[in-house]
Amino acid sequence: MTPPSTHLPRAQPLSVRPEHSDTSPLSIHAMTVAYHRKPVLWDVDYDAPPNRLIAIVGPNGAGKSTLIKACLGLIPPASGQVEFWGHSYKKARSRIGYVPQRESVDWDFPVSALDVVCMGRYRMLGWCRPVTRAHKAAAMECLDRVGMAPLAKRQISQLSGGQQQRVFLARALAQEADLYFMDEPFAGVDAATERAIVEVLRELRSSGKTVLTVHHDLQTVEQYFDDVILLNMRVVASGPVAEVFTQENLQRTYGGRLTLLAAASEAIARAESGEGLGK
Amino acid sequence: MAEAFEVLTLQGGYNTTVVVLGTAMLGLAAGVVGVFALLRKRSLMADALSHAALPGVAGAFLAASALDMTGRTLPVLLIGATVTGVLGVLSIQWLVRATRLREDAAIGIVLSVFFGAGIVLLSYIQKNAPEGAAGLSHFIYGQTAAMSAADAKLMAVLATLSVVAAGLLLKEFTLVCFNDTFAAVDGWPVSLIDLLMMALVVVVTVAGLQAVGLIMVVAMLIIPPVAARFWTDRAAVLIALSGAIGALSGYLGASASAVLPDAPAGSVIVLTAGTIFAISSLAAPKRGVIASTYRHLNLRLRIAGDHVLEKAFAHKAQDGGQLGAPELAAVARHQGWPAWFAVVIRWSLRGRGLARANKGGGVEVLASGLARGATVRRNHRLWEQYLVSYADIAPSHVDWSVDQVEHVLSEPLITELESLLRARGIAVPGAAVDGASA
Repeated sequence: MTPPSTHLPRAQPLSVRPEHSDTSPLSIHAMTVAYHRKPVLWDVDYDAPPNRLIAIVGPNGAGKSTLIKACLGLIPPASGQVEFWGHSYKKARSRIGYVPQRESVDWDFPVSALDVVCMGRYRMLGWCRPVTRAHKAAAMECLDRVGMAPLAKRQISQLSGGQQQRVFLARALAQEADLYFMDEPFAGVDAATERAIVEVLRELRSSGKTVLTVHHDLQTVEQYFDDVILLNMRVVASGPVAEVFTQENLQRTYGGRLTLLAAASEAIARAESGEGLGK
Repeated sequence: MAEAFEVLTLQGGYNTTVVVLGTAMLGLAAGVVGVFALLRKRSLMADALSHAALPGVAGAFLAASALDMTGRTLPVLLIGATVTGVLGVLSIQWLVRATRLREDAAIGIVLSVFFGAGIVLLSYIQKNAPEGAAGLSHFIYGQTAAMSAADAKLMAVLATLSVVAAGLLLKEFTLVCFNDTFAAVDGWPVSLIDLLMMALVVVVTVAGLQAVGLIMVVAMLIIPPVAARFWTDRAAVLIALSGAIGALSGYLGASASAVLPDAPAGSVIVLTAGTIFAISSLAAPKRGVIASTYRHLNLRLRIAGDHVLEKAFAHKAQDGGQLGAPELAAVARHQGWPAWFAVVIRWSLRGRGLARANKGGGVEVLASGLARGATVRRNHRLWEQYLVSYADIAPSHVDWSVDQVEHVLSEPLITELESLLRARGIAVPGAAVDGASA
């Protein structure tokens, strides 16, 4: 994989900058991300407060998943810097857990629910070593925490969408991380799954973890989360839900079209494809 | 017959035995390696790879002749095959990344262009060095019968290598095949793991080129894994089974071509694999066509039976669970079946002990059948209530969905439905609905 490439000099860790704190599990500084040279996220500055459940909220195409993927080094940012507890991603990796979007994989794959959860333990095993009994037991425990232990042996295509989502969540639990990134874990799940996920999120918080979750349901933000990042190609507002999740800020995120940013992105994309240079 | 037995028990002479064992080993290697190509959705990539090997073979021949080496030395040709094969795969990846071309199109282009280049080079060789061309065309269609003991040993080494690699790296390979972004986030070098999987495919393809030919070697990589996939849902078993099917195809195919006159081994091997695939796709217990057709038919038959039981329950007061032949026929027609299918519905109800035949060619529904009818009726009403009052669907529009759902509602779903309806203050139909009132 490619490490998060940054064009800024690495001489200074972010934590010495006055605007970033070194207790923060995640610090993003001046990050701009582009797909096919078309910027989708502009100039993100953010410090995640520790031990909070944080929702990333915004309209379709706002760059919510992109933000997560750029933090995790899956998309190299065009510019900017990301640090975890003051370290690079490479160094902090063992403390980070990830729940990808459910649709990102082919569920007709010849593995059982338990096999998938065991994948969360692979990084503790190293090359060429098979999963030990102890790791299997740990994975089983994680399945139990999301209420899926009875279905551990089932092939994953035989699970409902919500059950598949819980398997992904259990895999992240098996990673035993301190900071979790979850991409739309609540998308298209049944009520039982939603309850199970919320319960797990609260457990994680009470054991001192931090969770960043891409979330699409505005109605449950206040109920489920402590902090919120309102995103629409840039950070519109971020902070505690009580302060930031206001009608006015939501209006700014969803209502007002970000004409300038969108137009600039379009212009860059057009220029890349060789049309309409500098009209 | 006796000859076939001799060949199959490896007593058909030294040369035949070498060929049979060698192709079985090749089949084993290809079956194991092909699983990862299938799971990584790169089966077609192997196709492109093998076709792209042809210009390498021809080019290496020309280069070797120009350098005044003896033309057809195998290692040189195989190195050439590897070089252009890998070049073909890299071109595909470059095309996908640099242009907006989709992978299927990129594979199609690279496959045909490289193959075309190979044919041009071959015909040039044919004109200028016809003695070499005869040997080279074997790379297209294969020349299994000419396999030497050294070749067979190479195949055995290859098979061992594939099995060992699959065993050691099973965890890494499945992780990348299932969820490469998760693997990347977790710190696994996805490109390196991909490269290892691709390298195994390259080695097997190149080694198989001269044995079964570039067209057939792809089949050895693709067919055994998909055939094995019908039988299992576990990755490790899939690999073992695919290897076994590959080996069996090689063994049976090579034996058959040794016995049958004029049957080229490469094609017979692939046909054998194809037969195993056809049998698997039809007869596999869970994923096979027969099993799934049976399940589907069974479900529809159950639904039809439910309709009969529901009807009988509704008219219990008038006729005590008796239904005539016309009513059964109506149920059959409702399912989109011809009227004579009523006989099958009746047979299935009797088989399940829910009804017995009566004189009018219809059924007399028994107490157990009436109980089932009551449940179906209640499910029907529950779901109808839910759709109308909760999901906000017009009562006139609910019929189709009700007809489907009422038969498949499970206990927990029914409980959830009931509590949802109660929470809304909607009357939940009682457990014992009075049939006569309907």
